[in-house]
Order: sequence, then structure tokens, then C-alpha cells
Amino acid sequence: MTAPFDLNDDSVVVIIGTGAGGGVLANELAQKGVSVVALEAGGRYLPEDYINDEWDSFGQLAWVDPRTTSGDWRVAKDFSGLPAWIVKAVGGTTIHWAGASLRFQDHEWKAKTTYGDVAGASLLDWPIDAAEMAPWYDKAEAKLGVTRTGDRAGLPGSNNFKVLEKGALALGYKEVHTGNMAINSADYDDRMACQQTGFCFQGCKWGAKWSAAYTDIPRGEATGNLEVRERAHAARILHDDSGKVTGVEYFDKDGNLQMQKARIVCVAGNSFESPRLLLNSASAMFPDGLANSSGQVGRNYMRHTTGSVYATFEKPVKMWRGTTMAGIVRDEARHDPSRGFVGGYELETLSLGIPFMAAFLNPGGWGRSFTTALDSYENMAGMWIVGEDMPQADNRVTLSDVKDQWGLPVANVNFSDHPNDIAMRNHAYERGEAIYKAVGATRTLPTPPYPSTHNLGTNRMSEKPEDGVVNKWGQTHDIANLFVSDGSQFTTGAAENPTLTIVALAIRQADHIASEMAAGTI
Amino acid sequence: MGKIERTGLTRRALLARTVAAGALAVTGAGFIAAPDAAWALEVSVISEHQMATLLQMARDIYPHDKVGDRFYAVAVKGYDAEDKKALVDEGVAALDAAAQAAGHADYVSVGWEEDRVAILQGMEDTAFFQTVRGGLVTGLYNQKEVWPIFGYEGESFSKGGYIDRGFDDIDWL
Repeated sequence: MTAPFDLNDDSVVVIIGTGAGGGVLANELAQKGVSVVALEAGGRYLPEDYINDEWDSFGQLAWVDPRTTSGDWRVAKDFSGLPAWIVKAVGGTTIHWAGASLRFQDHEWKAKTTYGDVAGASLLDWPIDAAEMAPWYDKAEAKLGVTRTGDRAGLPGSNNFKVLEKGALALGYKEVHTGNMAINSADYDDRMACQQTGFCFQGCKWGAKWSAAYTDIPRGEATGNLEVRERAHAARILHDDSGKVTGVEYFDKDGNLQMQKARIVCVAGNSFESPRLLLNSASAMFPDGLANSSGQVGRNYMRHTTGSVYATFEKPVKMWRGTTMAGIVRDEARHDPSRGFVGGYELETLSLGIPFMAAFLNPGGWGRSFTTALDSYENMAGMWIVGEDMPQADNRVTLSDVKDQWGLPVANVNFSDHPNDIAMRNHAYERGEAIYKAVGATRTLPTPPYPSTHNLGTNRMSEKPEDGVVNKWGQTHDIANLFVSDGSQFTTGAAENPTLTIVALAIRQADHIASEMAAGTI
Repeated sequence: MGKIERTGLTRRALLARTVAAGALAVTGAGFIAAPDAAWALEVSVISEHQMATLLQMARDIYPHDKVGDRFYAVAVKGYDAEDKKALVDEGVAALDAAAQAAGHADYVSVGWEEDRVAILQGMEDTAFFQTVRGGLVTGLYNQKEVWPIFGYEGESFSKGGYIDRGFDDIDWL
């Protein structure tokens, strides 16, 4: 049987979401001959469609369906209806991501063991480790064409990188380079080399940055084993009396409720939509939502400890020219509690255009303190802080009183910083400012976190069923034919940008699901 | 137009002559215009005084000395609308009342930016202030014509990116 598949075909694997998790899983299964129906809430946009204009692109790609927020994080005040800046489209946030592709450090798989008990944190070790993941990381790096892995060269350094590099080296930092990026430094895998155009966040118009939208998705479709249903909004996962899932109800592009039968369901809608869907699928048999006997669905939401440091200089930098994330300082990523916190953080260059700089530099800010910074925009350099935040049980996604256009309760995202997060952010601000002062910054601007792009946890992976939602394969502890395939399965967040790990887990999960299907155990 | 507004205009006009070319003129003929007639903004729902106040307020919230009034005018012209009138009526009246309490004729007559900013700080939590400020974030900074003033070049795809056009041209490090 080849795509398209019938709604009553109960032999298919239904994947909800087509981003780094779902999009890769869909292709990997299709390549192995497994029939897949992928339900994607958004539409399909390809490089020729991407818009190199910040607000217009946001309007094209961003998930702006309602969400609500609570907690003491500043995003809840500044962007109360927009807790995350992520994408609603075929390929998901792999269209928007910067491309930074870093492996976890070995100890980060064992955060509880390494960091010990941290008051208020619900730390846990992953049920997998660096040795287990190494071959999957190899495959993921090859798929994404990550620079400085295999025989792939690094990207050339932009102005923004050169400022960062000189300041970092002046402070004695050693591991400073143009990053491990899923952006081609030379033609690779039918994708061309980076043209240093900027606007990485708006979708790469050259296709130089890896995105599932124009790699894994069409390759999966080409096998005849993958059908992607666009503008299909999953509403509820159904199950039978034995507790196995049997299909997915969704609203199609015309707003009609449909039901696709399934042998296996894989949830990959990101850390907000995946737990929301499980909670919205509550039934008489599972009154607290699917796969939630532990009460862990939605809990331990993590977003990385972030923030930015911008600085102005006497002379132009023109940071917007070239790759958005153009370089990294890794020395602070280590675990070194003498700094006053556990875990570590990366410093990565970043730039925003004038429209987004105005929106994000100091949300709510006004007056000359704010505008004189923008007056020096041309002379500005910028970096982003990415650090491990502490999982906390009450940082969680729950169902809101607000309903979406389908009448479904939306996700409420409750988040408050842990004291470790605050200590880390303050340390990173100080280090970032020091880097820029070392190259003559005339002013430094410690900038608050943006709406989250790294959304992790909420269906976490655990050895014991009572500690989390899924096992080491992303299979839910409660329901054998229900999987979670996105960043929501992260047990802890590590300091690294998460996409490479999401992709590696998806490749590994596809291998597992295909062999279990072949063995007839699922 | 009321008496107080005329007084304000007079003071404003004096300031315009003595301080800055390009300062705003309220003509009383259904539009406000730059003294050199380089641009003009018609109003039909709200008054010229109200539009002039909004424009000054916009400058005071996001002051960029190299950005001309015409860009701020574009950012606030949407307030000349029936569904904005109540907000503007209340907001401008509150600004003028605060200015009068501080011994000025009205908001636009307050000569120094820092004195106007003090008035705005007293209104920072009002819906009027937050609506105007929030609207300016996109209304002002998302005008493509304003970007070159900040040196921002916008899209570069149509020119082939910066690979051969200076992505690494920094020469002062």
C-alpha cells in the first residue's frame, strides 16, 4: 500500500508533528518501508516562500494560536500569549532554528548523579548515556551535515563572530570557534553552501541550513510510504478497551473532524502541544489524560536558561550580516559548582534586525536609555546565553480555561526561574559583558530572555514509570503503541541547543519501532 | 479649537522658530504639517491638537534625533479612527491635565523632553500609554524607510547575501 492512505487503514503509524522529531521519524520509518501518516497543523513553505523580513516571516511561520502563561518568568508579563517562538508549518521549527548542533556533554546524561540533590529541582538521570547515543549522534551529524564533524569544515567567521572571538580569547577562553552548525560550509547532500545572507531564523532561502521541510519530508514522501496531511490539527488520541491507542481525531484543512486509524501513534508536537494533546485525550479509562498514570504529563517544562548580551562599540560591526548564530564560546559549558551553580552554559553569537531588536531588547522599555542603544545598532555585537535550567515539577503545561479555534482547551505554560537558573544567568551576563568590554565596548546591554525557542521536558524519559512519561525508547510507560518523539521527552535539558539530540533520538526511535513492528511486538 | 490649544500652538510655533527646523505645525485646517510643508497628515476623526499631541508623545517615548517627524506621523496616523477616538480623547486630556498641573498650557507646550517624560512616567501604567507605546514598536521600527537611518540593510538575498559583500569586513579589531 502506498500513500495516500485510507482513514480506515489501521496498519499505519500516525505521527503528530513534522519538526526535528516527527519529520525525521517520518522519513526514517518511510525509508524502512513503514507506512506513515503525518498530521501537521501548519501549511507547507519552502525556501522560495520564505520571507527575509522579520515580522512578515513571523506572520507566515510562527505558531500564534492562543496559549496562556503564568509564573514569575518575564515572558509571562511581556509576551503573555506568546510563551514560545516556534513554527507551525511542515518541517516545524527546523525552518526557524539557527542550526547549532552540539552533542550533550557526557555528564549531562546523568544530571542527578553529577549535580546531586538540588533543592526545589526534580533532577533525574536519563535512562540512556553518552555511549548509547554516540552512534546515533554520528548519524544525526551526517544527516544534518554538521560543520566540524566528519570531514566537514567550519563556516567562515563573520564580523559578529570576530568581535566575540577577540574578546573571548582576551579573557583566556580556549574553545572558541564558528560552531558546529547544520549549515553547509560547502555543498553537501544536494544543499548548497551558506551565502552569509542572515535571516537564518526566517527560513534559509538557499537551503544551506538543514530543515526537515526540504530534506527529510520530501525524501520520505518520495518512498511512497509517507503521507503528510497539512493543516491537520490533532484533537484527540483514541484508544480501545484494552488501553491501546487506535487512532487520532483531527480537524482537517476545511475544519471537518476526521479520524485516522493507527497501529502506532507518535506524538511530536513540541513541549506544549504534545502534553496538551495527551491531556485533551482524557477518557473514562484514563481520566487524567493518556500516559499520565504517573501524573508527570506536562511537568518539568524546561526552556534553557537564556538571555542575551548586546554591546555597542565605537565603530561598525554590522552584526546582521551573515549567519545569525556565527560562533560559540564553550568554556563555560562545563559543570563547575565553584561558580555558584550546577550545570553550564554556552555563549553563541546572535543578531536581530531592527524590528525585532526594538521588540526584544528590553520589552516595555522606552525613553533615551532604550533608543540610544538602537541608535548604535550598526555598531552593535550580540550573543545569546544557552544554559541548562533546572527541571521543576510545577513548571508545567496544563489545560487552560481558554479554548482555541477548534474549541479545544489550549496549553497554559507555567514557569518560574529556579535560583540556580538565576545564578547562572547572572554569571553569564557578567562573562558576556566582560568579553565585549575586552574589545572596547562602550556600553553593554544584558537583555532578558525572548519567548522560548528551546522547549523541553513535559513528557520526560525515565527509567521508572513513576518518575516520567516515556521509557528509553520514547515509548510511553503506560501504553505500548503510544510514543513521544520530540523534545518533550528530555529528562534534563543540558547546556546545548537541543535539535541535534532530538534528531538523534528520532533516528534511534525509528530503528526501534521498525524492528518491534517487524517482530510483531507492537 | 479651544483657547488652551491655541495658546499651546503659539508656544509650539515659537519653539519651532527658535529651536528646530522641521518641528510640527498645527494648521487648524484638518491636518498637521511640517513647517516647510515637507509632509502633512490629515485628521478627520480626532482633532489636530490630539494628533499633534500623539506625535509629540511618540517622539518622547522613542526619541531618535535622526528620525524625522514624518516617520512618527506614519506610526500614529492610525489613531485618527472612530474606534480609537475614546482612547485618544481620554489619553490626551489626561496628558494635558498633567501638563497643566505642572504649570504648562498643555503637553505639547512643555519645552523640555525631560519634563514631558516626567509626565509620561506618571501615566506609564495606563492603557493609553501602553497602547501607544506598544503600537510604536512595530509602527515605527517596522517601517522599511526608517531602517537605513540605523544602518540596517534589511534583506540581502536578492543581492546574493554578504558572502562577497562584507560579512567579514570588520577592520578595527
